[in-house]
Amino acid sequence: MNLLQLLLEALESLNSNKMRSGLTVLGIVIGVAAVIAMMAVGNGAQASILGSINGVGTNLLFVFSGARNNAAVKNPRPITMTDANAMMDLYAAPDIKAVAPVLQGNAIADFGGNTKTTTVIGVTPDYYPVRNISLLDGEFINQSNQLGRASVAVIGVDVADALFNRRDGLVGETIRIANSPFRIVGVLTPAGGSSFGSQDNEVLVPITTAQARLITRPTPDAVDTVYVEATDFSTVGAASDEISQILRTRHRTQVGLDDFTVFTQQSILSTVQNVTGVLTIFLGGIAAISLLVGGIGIMNIMLVSVTERTREIGLRKALGARKRDILIQFLVESSLLSLIGGIIGILFGWLIAFVVGRIATATGNNFTPVVGMDAILLATLFSAAVGLFFGIYPANRAAGLEPVEALRYE
Amino acid sequence: MDLVVEVKDLRKVYKMGEVEVEALCGATLTIQRGEVVAIMGPSGSGKSTMMNILGCLDRPTSGDYILDGQSVATLNDDQLAAIRNHKVGFVFQSFNLLSRQTALSNVELPLRYAGQMSNRRQRAREALEAVGLGDRITHRPTELSGGQQQRVAIARAIVNDPAIVMADEPTGNLDSKVGREIIALLLNLNKQRGTTLIIVTHDAAIGQQAQRIIHIRDGMVEDLNGDRK
Repeated sequence: MNLLQLLLEALESLNSNKMRSGLTVLGIVIGVAAVIAMMAVGNGAQASILGSINGVGTNLLFVFSGARNNAAVKNPRPITMTDANAMMDLYAAPDIKAVAPVLQGNAIADFGGNTKTTTVIGVTPDYYPVRNISLLDGEFINQSNQLGRASVAVIGVDVADALFNRRDGLVGETIRIANSPFRIVGVLTPAGGSSFGSQDNEVLVPITTAQARLITRPTPDAVDTVYVEATDFSTVGAASDEISQILRTRHRTQVGLDDFTVFTQQSILSTVQNVTGVLTIFLGGIAAISLLVGGIGIMNIMLVSVTERTREIGLRKALGARKRDILIQFLVESSLLSLIGGIIGILFGWLIAFVVGRIATATGNNFTPVVGMDAILLATLFSAAVGLFFGIYPANRAAGLEPVEALRYE
Repeated sequence: MDLVVEVKDLRKVYKMGEVEVEALCGATLTIQRGEVVAIMGPSGSGKSTMMNILGCLDRPTSGDYILDGQSVATLNDDQLAAIRNHKVGFVFQSFNLLSRQTALSNVELPLRYAGQMSNRRQRAREALEAVGLGDRITHRPTELSGGQQQRVAIARAIVNDPAIVMADEPTGNLDSKVGREIIALLLNLNKQRGTTLIIVTHDAAIGQQAQRIIHIRDGMVEDLNGDRK
């Protein structure tokens, strides 16, 4: 018997009991569609999160004072402006392109009776290139603002909306931050929400001004975070080593007891990738359970079918069918069930993913489910395997029937 | 003498729990090529067991069975399947056609299991023409009368040119007029093609038309028309 003939015969046999075959296929359709849709949503979430991290810039490193998870460090020293300037040493740190120390705190901004609690960030002019800032209006804090401890500010759009109810024509207005007057020099482009909180509810001021008037720290020269831009994506690791080396020397730390932490965008990236990867597998795993249930449905139906067709099996054996012939006949039927279910399920899962994407877009989330080739391949292989695996027992039972017994069966 | 069936001292024991039932106890018989033989006997005589073994559907517990020059008593399942396919044609009381398939597909089935690729259609059509159903080849069994269905079954039995055709109560589900036609057809095929015909029946009238009647009683063979064996 050739393959085409087997397929035709199996189709005919499945076709003779449309309702039953249809319901069995439905079990597989739901399973495969769930796997495809879940994995698409998981991959989409991953892509969206990774995209927003990449938007921050992958050459970026973060330096915080304080060790992570190491209580043995005694008398940790804060990172200071001087430390930050030391990182700009072309000889000690050839892989560092720019350094942007910041000082961060909360304050109330008000204008004409409108108030807004906001994050005040003291920055240097280098913050602009390092953080990839773009401005809606005006210009960024410059070197003379910094040197002169000028009372100037660049505000985020949330702050603009809350205080002025508009976003343009604000340059030159004066707002009060923690009761001190600040002149607006620029407005930030709306960034939307990110994994690090909203960048739209921020007020940027010169770091010198912040140290002097807005945010006081026990060590006058201290900063909270230093953003460091490496020269290239590939030199991030080297830059990280150079920063550590400089800070160890300057802070005279004991070996293995750093009082600072260098965090790279890549390490965040891989952490997030891990988390979302686990999430995707988890979702896919749950969906796979429904595929398993569908497989048990196939087995059930095939067992019924074998019992119903005992006489047919007996007859086929009387006419010269070998064990193998009967086995293949039933395996083809069960595989066909799961394969048809798999194909419909892929299309259906794709549709679900598409609809989810549309809903996300409509509700303003930038999120596109990704139906990957891997998910399709996985679902196809898995459903075919389910059909084969759950078909083997019934098919074996059919093939093992004694012809005499089977022919006598009523 | 050209013997197509040679059975010697055949025994078949069934185990039913603790009890052993001896369905055949030393049956011996021979059938010549081209012969028409009726196997008769009361219920429980071992007639069905004899038929199953002659048709290679079952194996004897002991004894020899040589079918068309080949000893088949000790073959394994797949070998028996091949023997059934090539050397035995079955006609059943209840026709046993595949209801989903056309007459032509039903007749083709043994050729498919034989692995025959070429001129399958042609041979199946010829077999259907030989039983007088050349104009019904695309009908399904549900669209055919009982007599026509049995004719399809006969075409299926002869399509592989078997050494023997085993007919088990071929007229049991048919009215007597149609039954007579079916027996006439079988005898006619025997005459034209020289196919050995073994009919298992209760009907003495059918037995009369055979060249020889083999009586089975208590698991033994009584050959009334010839010498006692």
